[in-house]
Amino acid sequence: MDIPFDQLLIQTINGIVTGMILALVASGLTLIFGIMDVVNFAHGELFMLGAYVGVIVLAATGDFWIALAAASLVIALLGAAIYLTTLRPLLGRDPLTTLLSTFGVSLVLQNYALWQFGPVARKIQEPFTGHFTLFYLDYPWYRLVIALLSGAIIGALWLFLKFGTYGIWIRATTQDRVMAQAMGIPVPWVLTVVFAIGAGMAGASGFLFGPLVGVNHAMGLDWILKTLIVVVVGGMGNIAGSIVAAIFISLLEAYASLWVSPAQAIIVSFVVLILTLLFRPTGLFAPSRK
Amino acid sequence: MSLIATAPLLEVEEIHTYYGKSHILDGVSLEVGSGEVVGLLGRNGVGKSTTLKAVAGLVHASRGEVRFEGRTITRSPAHRVARLGIGYVPEERRIFPLLTVIENLRTGLDRQGVTAARKKELLEKVYTYFPVLAERRGQAGGTLSGGEQQMLAIARAMMLEPKIILLDEPTEGLMPRMVSQIREIIDVLHREHVAVLLVEQNVPLTLEASQRIYILEKGAVRHHARAAALQVNDAVIHQYLGV
Amino acid sequence: MTVELFSDAFLRTEDLTVRFGGLTALNQVNFAVQRNEIRAIIGANGAGKSTFFNCLTGVLRPSSGHILFDGGEITGLSPDRISHRGIARSYQITSILPNATVLENVRIAAQSRRHSWSLLAHYRAYRDIIERAELMLAAVGLLDKANELAANLSHGEQRNLEIGIALATEPKLLCLDEPTAGMSAAETHDTMALVRSIAKNLTILIVEHDMQVVMELAQRITVLHYGEILAEGTPAEIQQNPRVLEVYLKT
Repeated sequence: MDIPFDQLLIQTINGIVTGMILALVASGLTLIFGIMDVVNFAHGELFMLGAYVGVIVLAATGDFWIALAAASLVIALLGAAIYLTTLRPLLGRDPLTTLLSTFGVSLVLQNYALWQFGPVARKIQEPFTGHFTLFYLDYPWYRLVIALLSGAIIGALWLFLKFGTYGIWIRATTQDRVMAQAMGIPVPWVLTVVFAIGAGMAGASGFLFGPLVGVNHAMGLDWILKTLIVVVVGGMGNIAGSIVAAIFISLLEAYASLWVSPAQAIIVSFVVLILTLLFRPTGLFAPSRK
Repeated sequence: MSLIATAPLLEVEEIHTYYGKSHILDGVSLEVGSGEVVGLLGRNGVGKSTTLKAVAGLVHASRGEVRFEGRTITRSPAHRVARLGIGYVPEERRIFPLLTVIENLRTGLDRQGVTAARKKELLEKVYTYFPVLAERRGQAGGTLSGGEQQMLAIARAMMLEPKIILLDEPTEGLMPRMVSQIREIIDVLHREHVAVLLVEQNVPLTLEASQRIYILEKGAVRHHARAAALQVNDAVIHQYLGV
Repeated sequence: MTVELFSDAFLRTEDLTVRFGGLTALNQVNFAVQRNEIRAIIGANGAGKSTFFNCLTGVLRPSSGHILFDGGEITGLSPDRISHRGIARSYQITSILPNATVLENVRIAAQSRRHSWSLLAHYRAYRDIIERAELMLAAVGLLDKANELAANLSHGEQRNLEIGIALATEPKLLCLDEPTAGMSAAETHDTMALVRSIAKNLTILIVEHDMQVVMELAQRITVLHYGEILAEGTPAEIQQNPRVLEVYLKT
């Protein structure tokens, strides 16, 4: 089999770019699951709404950075609101309850977007135009930029969790919610903030990814499925695991699309999911806990 | 009957708790004075741990009242109870396994109104009393031995600068050498004027370390006396704790 | 330890051992109970009492050793086979059917003793099952609540219903797992009277923490400690046993 090296390299870069965005979305989802045992089905819609908010602010101000900040903040606040109204009252019950609740929220948000913005996808102008020549291809700078930005955001999250009082509060609450309370940590507040952070990260990734695919009300659906796969493969609640899993799966899909169409390449993710569930259900990249 | 002269630091009045339909605490009343060590004895399953959890706000009391420094805290959320100055050391220790020793301590240390200097002071004090924690300060809590985890659990509660510490069976599962260390720590707390409500199965240790004793059975206090007036071989001890 | 006529024992275990990974929950336990005896099993949490019951009732398969009951080997049999052999159990956490009536709860257990494979059997064929269920309810003092939903009973009544359900399976050996847990002093007293009244022609094993119940009900007591039998004897003997006191009072 003769694959041209340049195609391989391009797909590697594509895989990493998609992987970084996916990692950003997935780490938010797994952070939420790790601390409150909630599978947030509305995560894809937060991604989608982030794209829309970003688009609107970008159109209004013309400034990419303000739009990115707005997408993150507005969706973070939306996340907090969703948590306080639909999730907090249900915590501690059967996990199916919160799952159904977030699923319901996702339906509401999808239809809201449909009603508000209409069914036609919006094409967003890439904020950084310009290409560099990668072999025979004009590779857009923008793709590299979003990979770097995603990495930066994830890095900031890691630093925040590792050092600093609030990082300790979040990690303590994740490990033992009851003892965290007994140590004076305001757990209800911590849970709200973590949900907001996860939502904000989804919102940011939606806006970053928007120019690559066009923004429409259903874009969350593709992403939630892939995000869930990444979270399971990486180990639920394991942030580092989901980052590695995101890049791993995206690379596999990118390479697979050298032979099959991208629509079929997604089969690779499902195969990885099934193998993980069969042989290492706690996650391929999960460290042996306990 | 109140055996203490000054107003009590902690007052528990006729609290009832349920677990589903199971009536666990059936009207428990007790008091702890400022700086006092009070022992809570009783067989397994009588409600000793539940009493501590009800005071800490981790278990809901459906009836009755808990007052701390005169202020009612009965249905306050646990994190607020902790901030008021009630430290809790559970039976299973429950240190945060993936946080380092110092991060565990910081969960109690990082509070509003504590200066950096004071934090340093508190850490130094804890390292003096628990040198093994100083040695292992960068290690993850889950890698410590049982005795070390018990030290950490107590030290962590001390970081809250509490006025009272609720200790649930601190010597359970520990070797005799560690048991005497725990005994010393209780004395240290007493010297530092921190009150202790001590739940224990080890009768001699409890009689030695406490000023007063309550004996619990079937969810209520059945006997109350000064520790000095009780001996291990007393009939009342055998009645409620023996076989 | 007195010499037991082990070979005559109604229920006995031979070197019963249960290991969970690195933890030995029961270690070579040799236990024997005579027919119609009331035996209490006591010990600290984690001593192995529930594990022991779980082995007897087939919920847990022992790692090694044998359990012999009424002349037959029951080691490793499934719980339903063991129930048919005549061992019944009440649980520490109430496991009645909350949405069925009190009578229905007991009737379902009573049915297990009489198979009726015919879909066309007349309701009169069930008369005897219903009668038996009512008899059981009378025995546990719940006949007047027969048509109440089980969920509406008080805690003490629910625990007694559990005993009634166990009795309805016509057991030869009844295992009671902390029957007075969570009960008030009054309810405990009632349950103790109940157990005394059903004890004729029945062998009873009872795990309890409430020493008053143990001392008043048990003819003999077995003390478990870290998965081994620490002592066995009459209530008076156990109360004086220095090793038992040491363990309980940590002197």
